Amino acid sequence: MGILRSLLSLRLASLLVLLMAIAAPAFSQTEEDPGQALLANLADASPRQMDAAIEAIVNSGDPRARSWLDAFGNNRLSRNKDTGQVVVVLRNVGRDWTIADPLTGENLGEISRRELDRVNINNAIRGKLEGVLAMLDLYSTNPEIQRAAAEAMMGKVNEPVIEPLNKLLEQDLPPRVRDRLELAVAIYQLEQGDAQAKAEAITVLTGSLHSRARAALNNAVAGDDPAIAASAKAALVSIEQKLKMNRAAETLYFGLSLGSVLVLAAIGLAITFGVMGVINMAHGELIMLGAYTTWGMQQLLPGQPGLALILSIPAGFMVAALAGIAIERSVIQYLKGRPLETLLATFGISLILQQLVRTVISPLNRSVTTPEWMSGSLVINDALSLTLNRLYVIGFALVVFAGLMLIMRKTRLGLEVRAVTQNRAMARSMGIKATRVDIMTFALGSGVAGLAGVALSQITNVGPNLGQNYIIDSFMVVVFGGVGNLWGTLVAGLTLGTINQILEPWAGAVLAKIMVLVMIILFIQKRPKGLFPQKGRAAEG
Amino acid sequence: MSIKKHVKLGLSALALSVSFHAMAAEDPIKVGILHSLSGTMAISETALKDTMEMLIEKQNEQGGVNGRMLEAVVVDPASNWPLFAEKARELLEKEKVDVIFGNWTSVSRKSVLPVVEELNGLLFYPVQYEGEESSENVFYTGAAPNQQAIPAVNYLKNELGVERWVLAGTDYVYPRTTNRILETYLKDMGVAEADIMINYTPFGHSDWQSIVSDIKTFGSAGKKTAVVSTINGDANVPFYRELGNQGISSSDIPVVAFSVGEQELSGIDTGPLVGHLAAWNYFMSVDNDANYDFIDAWVEFKGDDKAVTNDPMEAHYIGFNMYVEAVKKAGTTDVEAIKEAIIGVAVPNLTGGIATMMPNHHITKPVLIGEIQDNGQFSVVWETSSTVAGDAWSDFLPGSRDLIADWRAPMKCGNFNVKTGSCGASAGEQALADAE
Repeated sequence: MGILRSLLSLRLASLLVLLMAIAAPAFSQTEEDPGQALLANLADASPRQMDAAIEAIVNSGDPRARSWLDAFGNNRLSRNKDTGQVVVVLRNVGRDWTIADPLTGENLGEISRRELDRVNINNAIRGKLEGVLAMLDLYSTNPEIQRAAAEAMMGKVNEPVIEPLNKLLEQDLPPRVRDRLELAVAIYQLEQGDAQAKAEAITVLTGSLHSRARAALNNAVAGDDPAIAASAKAALVSIEQKLKMNRAAETLYFGLSLGSVLVLAAIGLAITFGVMGVINMAHGELIMLGAYTTWGMQQLLPGQPGLALILSIPAGFMVAALAGIAIERSVIQYLKGRPLETLLATFGISLILQQLVRTVISPLNRSVTTPEWMSGSLVINDALSLTLNRLYVIGFALVVFAGLMLIMRKTRLGLEVRAVTQNRAMARSMGIKATRVDIMTFALGSGVAGLAGVALSQITNVGPNLGQNYIIDSFMVVVFGGVGNLWGTLVAGLTLGTINQILEPWAGAVLAKIMVLVMIILFIQKRPKGLFPQKGRAAEG
Repeated sequence: MSIKKHVKLGLSALALSVSFHAMAAEDPIKVGILHSLSGTMAISETALKDTMEMLIEKQNEQGGVNGRMLEAVVVDPASNWPLFAEKARELLEKEKVDVIFGNWTSVSRKSVLPVVEELNGLLFYPVQYEGEESSENVFYTGAAPNQQAIPAVNYLKNELGVERWVLAGTDYVYPRTTNRILETYLKDMGVAEADIMINYTPFGHSDWQSIVSDIKTFGSAGKKTAVVSTINGDANVPFYRELGNQGISSSDIPVVAFSVGEQELSGIDTGPLVGHLAAWNYFMSVDNDANYDFIDAWVEFKGDDKAVTNDPMEAHYIGFNMYVEAVKKAGTTDVEAIKEAIIGVAVPNLTGGIATMMPNHHITKPVLIGEIQDNGQFSVVWETSSTVAGDAWSDFLPGSRDLIADWRAPMKCGNFNVKTGSCGASAGEQALADAE
């Protein structure tokens, strides 16, 4: 009941949550600040006393309570070994940490980490703390905070908060918040309530796709009351029905998203290999360069990962395109018409580029920050949410594809490229500078690889091995789609991605990969030119 | 050359010249370093090479060992397993090193084993591994499964009340063996088959969408669920990212990892990972003066304020100090003498305890469970009350239950079967047989 009382007393206080950091201390220097004792109590608490210590802080009704608990939850409360003072660590990187006084908010400067003793928090306590904080936030006037709090209450309802929750439910609440809280209460009732409450709870939970609701129903099925178990089972069956649809949609989304990554990685190759016929084993490393450009951009613009990412799109294209030109001029142009030697030479280049990155930058992966607007997911319903970063990648892949299509179909360069690849001698005699076209085409393909790198930096590791992981897949997509056909690459990438994601859940990731590979080999046996073979005179060229 | 020096020094410095004689007469102790500096494993192994160079430098500043300086001989096996064997042969035959510190992956160790046994070398192996091995010529300073996996599972079960288990790993020998051990262990504790989900992924797996979604579904069956992850290196970053994106927080489904350390975390934004767990025998954040001194020395050596330390580095620290102590104790670098002297050698570790070399060539280690923090470090939430001795042969695998390893006379055997009373093939022969 302690928490209950405190919650009521904090209703007003919680309005001040945002002002907390600058809240002026209400105590003169001579008067002992009760906060000091509360924090010391928390710092000294054994794991079993933690609950009581947290409760005491909430109970105190102190306007700074929220900021203390936040700091505690974020692992930022420490104790000065010498003075015993509890401090908030503002910056905990390196040898000297910046600390502040939790009572006054005053910055106490830097102190060696050897002098600090962290106030321990673990998963179990953090879980409880999240519940307590969510309960506070439910009274927030900020609808965003309130909604997040309602979301967090799922599965965290316990005996002391049930009464205030019911009171809250009597008030006027936004529908989303009400819906969440009713579910949360129902889950609690199903687990702890009497027979009637359980029966009512099952009615509320029927149709809910939330995983916690399913967990509670599953437990009820295993419970001792046969009537409850039966109705819980019925509820689960109806939920499963709904889930099936969602799962299918989810798999499709996963497939499209993996497919779009494959398309991005392969589409540059579709130009250099597909159109020009150059087997470029360093294609993966051009992708890697694009990813490193993103990292470099973020280093140049600290604190603005979003802007850096957007600027990386042209920058990544340029860096990879220039690298591509360098490779074309220095090696590939001398090996024209000798595919085996081109393969070996470009493989060598790929190793050189990898080792170059290892030596110059670091063998370790670089951390690329995901901008705020790209993290998290778009929630369709409780069982289906689309991860935002992948949604952006799908969009980006389509935009890049459309752009390339435009260049190849509607521009002078595209026309020249097609002319040169169909009949080099004829094109030259028509006044097309074949060498220039070669350079431009290779730069275009390489630049697109750089774009893929920018996108991949949001999904996978940015490290020296990045390219290696995609080179085989890229060739696979291009060959499967039909060499020289951009549409083929798009369709092949999306198809392979989807097939892979359908196979993965029941065959396992390793076997799924093998099966896809075998499938492609069989397919190529039947149709050696891929999904969309080149037709007409170009095919013979 | 010594005559020239004498002229230079003059006769007055008699004492000095005597000590100089002693120094010059003895060749340096050659320490072979067999870590990949290029290729895929360079990400992990480069730091270990640097650690060894730093330890050797520090030891030389203190005058070396027994009046002899140490000299590092660095080779690059380039993440290429057969090349590991060739480079080991080069170190032992051509460079005539006294000891080798090296390897990361189990497959590279298996490739080196026959060589060090044939040429009677010494190898210190610093990485946590699957066990099921004890060679006369290898000292395992990383954790065996009973020093990492089993205590971590106990923690999840007892402290977090976990009843449903996902064993997720990369598809190679270490995760497969560890998961086999864990599966038997869990079943022995009464966990039902249906409450264990096992999943393997290829190296460098980057598309975790459907697997994470599966884990989410598996975790909604009403029982507290945890993921025990033996996912290797690079694949972890996209895995954790996907967990965050699909909204799985550490208080819903905690993940305990055996291959994620400070170095792996330095490549990611750890904000969404706060609260996920790792089990190691060392964390950079351990509050201990010896540890802080080690970190300070490392930061200075690397000239990088952000340089991190990790568990295998501590293992090399312990292994190196054990070797130094053994050389002091034996008074020589003779391999046979060292093998005898090193058993029982005890040196301080970096977490405030003592590491002792056991007769099975494994060492005693504390087991720590840490939670990921937002600064890329771990905070220790649990540790064993005392150190745990490494067990070469797991008690939870049918074939290995009856085997023990003891390299003291008179047994001198790495896989003595207590039931039949016989000693099997050596680890190197075993590795060769498996390879064929």
